[in-house]
Amino acid sequence: MGTNEVVGHSEQRWDAIAKVKGQAQFTGDFPFKNLLYGKILRSTIAHGRVESYDISEAEKVPGVVKILLPEDLPQNKYSTAGHPWTLIPEKQDIRDRTILTRDVRVYGDDIGAVIAKSELAAIKALEKIKVTYKEYPVYITPQQAMADDARRIHEERDNVLASSKVGFGDVDKSMAEADYIIRENLSTSVQQHVHMENQIAVAYQDADQRWTCVSSTQIPHICRRIIAQAVGVSWSKIRVKKPFIGGGFGNKQDAVVEPLVVAMSMACNGQPVQLALTREESIAYTRTRHAIDYNFAIGVKKDGTITAIDCDVISNQGGYASHGHAIGGKGGTFINAIYKMDSLRYTAKTVYTNIATAGAMRAYGMPQVVFALETVMDDAADKIGMDPIDFRMMNRRPDGFYNAMSNVKQINFKVGECLEKGRKEFEWDKKMAASKQYKTGVKRRGLGVAAFSFGTAVYPFGLEVAGARLILMPDGCFKLMLGSTEIGQGADTALSQMAAEAIGVPFKNIIRDSFTDTDIDPYDTGAYASRQSYVTGFAVKEAAEKIKAKILTRAAKMYDVRTEYIDIIDGNIIYMPDGERLATLEDIAMSSYFDMKDGKTITAYSSVNIHQTTYASGCTLAEVEVDMETGRVKLLSIMNVHDSGKIINPLIANGQVEGGMAMSIGYGLSEGIRYSKEGRPLNNNLLDYKLPTTMDLPKLEHAFVETDDPLGPFGNKSLGENPTVSPAPAIRNAVKNAIGIGINTLPLSPENVYEHIQAQQKGDVQNV
Amino acid sequence: MFDITGYYEAHSLANVFELLKEQPTARIVAGGTDVLVKSRARVTGFVETPLIGISRVAEMKGVIMADDGTINIGALTTFDEIEHNKIINQNMPLLSQAVSLVGGPQTRRMGTIGGNVCNAGPAADSAPALFTYNAVCEICSATTTREVPITEFYIGVGKVKLQPGEVLVKFKITKQNYQGYQGYYIKFAQRAALDIANLSCAALVKVTENKIQDLRICFGAAAATPIRMPAAEAYGLGKEVSNDTLTTIGDYCLQDTKTIADWRASKEYRDHLVTVLPVRALALALKDGE
Repeated sequence: MGTNEVVGHSEQRWDAIAKVKGQAQFTGDFPFKNLLYGKILRSTIAHGRVESYDISEAEKVPGVVKILLPEDLPQNKYSTAGHPWTLIPEKQDIRDRTILTRDVRVYGDDIGAVIAKSELAAIKALEKIKVTYKEYPVYITPQQAMADDARRIHEERDNVLASSKVGFGDVDKSMAEADYIIRENLSTSVQQHVHMENQIAVAYQDADQRWTCVSSTQIPHICRRIIAQAVGVSWSKIRVKKPFIGGGFGNKQDAVVEPLVVAMSMACNGQPVQLALTREESIAYTRTRHAIDYNFAIGVKKDGTITAIDCDVISNQGGYASHGHAIGGKGGTFINAIYKMDSLRYTAKTVYTNIATAGAMRAYGMPQVVFALETVMDDAADKIGMDPIDFRMMNRRPDGFYNAMSNVKQINFKVGECLEKGRKEFEWDKKMAASKQYKTGVKRRGLGVAAFSFGTAVYPFGLEVAGARLILMPDGCFKLMLGSTEIGQGADTALSQMAAEAIGVPFKNIIRDSFTDTDIDPYDTGAYASRQSYVTGFAVKEAAEKIKAKILTRAAKMYDVRTEYIDIIDGNIIYMPDGERLATLEDIAMSSYFDMKDGKTITAYSSVNIHQTTYASGCTLAEVEVDMETGRVKLLSIMNVHDSGKIINPLIANGQVEGGMAMSIGYGLSEGIRYSKEGRPLNNNLLDYKLPTTMDLPKLEHAFVETDDPLGPFGNKSLGENPTVSPAPAIRNAVKNAIGIGINTLPLSPENVYEHIQAQQKGDVQNV
Repeated sequence: MFDITGYYEAHSLANVFELLKEQPTARIVAGGTDVLVKSRARVTGFVETPLIGISRVAEMKGVIMADDGTINIGALTTFDEIEHNKIINQNMPLLSQAVSLVGGPQTRRMGTIGGNVCNAGPAADSAPALFTYNAVCEICSATTTREVPITEFYIGVGKVKLQPGEVLVKFKITKQNYQGYQGYYIKFAQRAALDIANLSCAALVKVTENKIQDLRICFGAAAATPIRMPAAEAYGLGKEVSNDTLTTIGDYCLQDTKTIADWRASKEYRDHLVTVLPVRALALALKDGE
């Protein structure tokens, strides 16, 4: 590590002032001459086919420029999923959609579009388009879509779009060796990202006759490829620019609006067109977290040994494949990562239905599988009468375990330390003893815990490349150019700290840019999988080391010293044997620009392909009070503990942890999109979709088990998504501890909890 | 995206009536916390229409106590003003408590009590309290003034007894309707803020020597309009305050509520809450809150 100690400090994020002063420009803030406005004509059924459109009245609305039907736009099949491209055809995402469609697979499907001179004119025109449909049966659940007589949602593919089976050992034999088998059914809800800035993009033809798309995307370089595939041009004909972004949480890892807005501009001779979704559209018609059903069994001996885990997964994909089976099929590796067992079977199916298309959402399948795992783990601990933390401690994978399912040696894996630290700092034992006073009466208290393991980036399952460029400026500052994506999480600030640390300059010497531009910035796949501080971190480190070597070589020549005796410390060239300052960085920089004889500007570039990963872990401890009369769960206190290696910027890390905890508390207690039996979303607005407010959240306590991960570029590993994984199951387990009823359906809304209490009082069997 | 064809700002009550005459299709807007939401949602009657802004009409603002003790609350008084108004805090604390639970701070700074009532949402937070205080609505047109008890003002969801050209100017609450009472309002919603009640209950009670001298209970979101509980109120009259009495009052409420089942909650759950909330509201009212 460098000597500057920029990494590990709470540097103020470089864009903080701009955001407070309102100077930060988001996609909707840029002025465009003669801007046109696009709106999507959405189906009012969930499954069927458009038989006819009547656009005659709509065309008469003043200000309408064009009304587009599916056949007016390119017919290329593509996938919106923001995965890196792969040259292996069978690993490519399922291309099951066109830009507009007559075949309706979800309520609100994109069956047409209007372009007008004002948004209001476009809306008025939409209201005047008459559509007639042929309707098919609507499948809300995978079970309905898998029925023998169910119609194919996509003609070319079975409704079960993928299935998989992974594991090891002989599960049946290991289960037979258990003293108890705890087998439960669980189901998770359809959570939505609800990022602050809705999807928005503007497209136009630029002076060089190529197509520029300014978009609120997490994945500019991948987005360029998806647009090109959808509209049918070669990839360099598309340029994507990402300005400031108001959050994405994975929803902007899909190219939901970009292909259409580029096609709209193409249909208007390259005139700029803006497509901005409303909140109602963004909640209902973009992407969601997969609702997943689990049949989950753990075989356990009386002494606490786990003999086997058997997990069957049915993942509700919704109408289009998007990220598809990558989510439902993911959990086996991470079950194996965290607990010891003799045998594991993890079977998974991903099934098309007619609800909203599920895609990537923060922690990518882990909140679901950890909800199932940690629920059944907790019930197993209860069954054998063991403290839930002790049960997890005794079964946890040791540091250094080789995970054969992912071919990853889990070096520096500290879940045990997290559980120990959590037990102490949360005052688990004291609170548990106190909660015993609240086991009768109307208000009952209980505690719960849940632990998790988590990957960093996607190797070995997917490509992990990143790039960075550094330019030494005349005054000794550096321009840092990145293809990675700042989406509000603070990546640019953390990566700038890394550059400063590795070069040996103060944080303020690194200059970033709000834009990521596919024409200018190095190739990087973007913001997802908690990858950027890790993978892009390696790219930054390499570029920084290269530019530092170039600077030192030049300085050595200028001051006639050997390079190994000099270093850059706090922006100065220091002669190390006696600590003398030979020059400032500015002296070197000025010479590099303007010396008549040897002037030659100093830049460095890196492009990395990272063939390693490191597993993070953590846990949540929660304390609740349940109102037995109303079913309302009050969260009294909650703490996350994270094993995420070195914390690059504690202030930004705290923001990530608190935001992730809030998201998972909502997942556990209140959130979920609801559908009518016709497949119509019922609560796609901020009133009816119950995102928690600050008043619904207790203090979001957290702690880190901080280590220098030997495999991290700066000792760091994943953190961005991790906090969203374990709060919901910890809350579920705390509710069980309070009222003696395990509730296996999310969210634990008052009515859900009340109904479980009623069912128990009436003697119904639970959890079946 | 709003679809408003014009905006006319009234500077006095007389001016409101003039503007209404000139713009007969116009919508009246005060804080805009309902009208603008409906306009954006393109609700019929709220699009392609002009607005008449009344926010600066002084005659419709503020809280005044008349010499006889009658409290007059101008229709344009905001939730925030009511929450912090001394006269209301001292004499009608149930109302200030109820309006402190509306939406969030921004909504409470903009939204008005008159707008809350005229919007006629079944779950409006100010309504149950006004019902229990037996508030009377003063309604004016260019030439007439009439009074309607709030309990008779509602017709159905989104509908009140206002004729074209009429404006709700103020609420009047007489001294005998607030003096000596204790009250509490429970808003049962999914969130602690920025939410609308799934069910709400205002309870106002006068107790001497542990006997219920008067009892008024009103539910929000238990019918198409806010609704008083005559059966429960009649039962409670003269009864000794006890857990049994309160529980029985809760059960009696089911005789008058008209809950429905929809995706937000089952009828069974709502009816269960109908029996629970008044018991809690009364207990808290008698304890002067938590």
